[in-house]
Amino acid sequence: MLVRLAFAASMVASIALVVLYLRGGERTAEGVLLGVALGGLGLGITVWATRLMDPPEVEEAREPLASPDGKSLVDMLRDEEDVTRRVVLVRMLLGAAGTLVAALAIPTLSLGPAPGSDLGRTKWRRGLRAVGADGRAVRPLDIPLEGVRTIFPEGFAGEPDSQAVVIRVAPGLLELEGRRAEWAPEDCVAYSKICTHAGCPVGLYRSAAHELLCPCHQSTFDVLRGAVPLFGPAVRPLPQLPLAVDEEGYLVALSDFTEAAGPSYWNIERSDEL
Amino acid sequence: MIRWIDRRLGVDSWARKGLRKVFPDHWSFLLGEIALFTFLVLLATGIFLTLFYRPDATPVVYDGPYEPLRGREVSAAYESVLRLSFQVRAGLVMRQIHHWAALVFVASIVVHAARVFFTGAFRRPREVNWLVGVGLLVLALMMGFTGYSLPDDLLSGTGLRIAYSALISIPFIGPYLAYLAFGGEFPTHGIIPRLFVMHVMLFPALLIALITAHLAILVQQKHTQFPGPGRREDNVVGKRLWPSQVFKSTGLMLLTAAVLAVMGGLVQINPVWTYGPFDATIVSAPAQPDWYMGWLEGAIRLFPPFEPQIFGVTIPAMFIPGVVLPGVFFTLLALWPFLEQRVTRDMAEHHLLERPRDNPVRTGIGAGALAFVAILTLAGGNDVLALMFNIPVEAITWFFRIAVLVGPVVGGYVAYRIARDLRDGATPAFGRKRGVMLRRTPGGGYEEEGS
Repeated sequence: MLVRLAFAASMVASIALVVLYLRGGERTAEGVLLGVALGGLGLGITVWATRLMDPPEVEEAREPLASPDGKSLVDMLRDEEDVTRRVVLVRMLLGAAGTLVAALAIPTLSLGPAPGSDLGRTKWRRGLRAVGADGRAVRPLDIPLEGVRTIFPEGFAGEPDSQAVVIRVAPGLLELEGRRAEWAPEDCVAYSKICTHAGCPVGLYRSAAHELLCPCHQSTFDVLRGAVPLFGPAVRPLPQLPLAVDEEGYLVALSDFTEAAGPSYWNIERSDEL
Repeated sequence: MIRWIDRRLGVDSWARKGLRKVFPDHWSFLLGEIALFTFLVLLATGIFLTLFYRPDATPVVYDGPYEPLRGREVSAAYESVLRLSFQVRAGLVMRQIHHWAALVFVASIVVHAARVFFTGAFRRPREVNWLVGVGLLVLALMMGFTGYSLPDDLLSGTGLRIAYSALISIPFIGPYLAYLAFGGEFPTHGIIPRLFVMHVMLFPALLIALITAHLAILVQQKHTQFPGPGRREDNVVGKRLWPSQVFKSTGLMLLTAAVLAVMGGLVQINPVWTYGPFDATIVSAPAQPDWYMGWLEGAIRLFPPFEPQIFGVTIPAMFIPGVVLPGVFFTLLALWPFLEQRVTRDMAEHHLLERPRDNPVRTGIGAGALAFVAILTLAGGNDVLALMFNIPVEAITWFFRIAVLVGPVVGGYVAYRIARDLRDGATPAFGRKRGVMLRRTPGGGYEEEGS
């Protein structure tokens, strides 16, 4: 009885599914009807198997897995003297096959360029103005106090490896060391926006604590002190972008980042020299 | 008709023999079948999706019916996923069934593997099939990752970025590998077609080949069985494949598909239109990967800021949790049957299964490993937990940093003690005693075992 009911429900649902599809379709109803169509059939079959069938348990012997005659494939291959007697030919054959495989694997290198010095470099150069994602140049007062702007080098708006954040902090709070203090005109300090851990954009600024937070793995960087990591898995500070203000009052780069931007790799330069 | 085929192919006796195959009955033997049936659902829905998806990162302007994104510049891949979701009839339900099935696929493989592990079903002669199974698990993870990266949305782009950073962190060869895999410095346009080829051709072909091998080896070696009356190492006791097992398996297949269909219809998953298109300068928070990647995400989040320089070679902080940890984990998993053989010196064939309590040490180690992965998975959501319980994320991270070291040891030991006490018939030190072993007395009464 239940089996009949289940099969009937499945049939009705299948027909309804076709009608629904022809009339334009609707996601939830499609899923439910498909579920009833499949489930009714499945339920019917399962109930049939468990309630209406009672086959006896039978026993089957397990034969040993190893080949019964005790001979091996290796012996059979070795017995052919036309192959095994010619030792030099066999070696040459294997050598040639190996060389061919190596030669055929080489085109894999077409998949990508070799990483050159560009890995640690960005598009920032001395004299390039900082622009927003819209390509418009940025002046210090365009940035609200304790606000964040994402900037790119002029002519490269949206360039992923050159993205930086500039923050205008309240006057007198910055505690940058040495030359770094000169790179932050009018209390505007800029850092690479690419996390030095896994490369996510360091997008969250906790203005009260003056911390930049990477939402991916919660690395936290101290904005006032050269973006040294305070918490989380990141080890290297975010590289600071040397900034100045040009005659027309726009933010302009003094050079590229002085350290490699982005996630670490084995031969990354970690010095702080210009 | 059948006679016509048989006269030409001679398969009738072979098919009859196959349908007479004896199949031991136990609910836990169906876990692997669920994985198989989920894979069939993935194939069917995946073929449908492939016909509408465009593996192309070229920017286009979206002008479809989804109002908030109209006029935005998105990739052709992302646009095709939106078109599939909003304009293709039955497209969204197919996409959601596919995504849910992918989550269930990995889950059923994991549970099936745990069943095989805790019952000792991997022991000789089944080490080879264990290796095939570990290969299937790894492939399933790769399928999942390449699949959810295809829509080219903000969330999947974040996943790719982290994968790139893990790849580039490998000492000496990392930058070369990362550039070869991505075709240059992240983000590249070329990665989407590559992921597509892997997801719809390379990995499915390997999966089908390995599934075929997995089942062929199973048939050749015959099924394991739990010990019981008349069940010995040299026989298989169960029901014949035809009719009851065929009916049960077909029923299970349809019911699995039915559950996935209902989930795909009712429960929204991966709404890429709310994440927005990929943009290299934005990341959404909190960003969570699909569940089976959570343990690696957790490991990366918990790992302390440690980036030593050894002879001028930087070992990036990503390297140990992102590359070494999964490498070691899957190597140990694959080699487990051989490690156990080496320690126990048990080289005999085993066709009778053990209960977890029969081998407390293995049970303890398995439970410890599960606890390790589970804690890391929770840690992968440390920002979500911080939001949910209103606790600073720093405190949660520190909690998990300690828990991931202590938890597996404690969990493993508790499991070991429970298994040992149950095996020895003692009252378990943890939890309450669930039953007593009774023995029939010669007089017809019962008495407690050991009294």
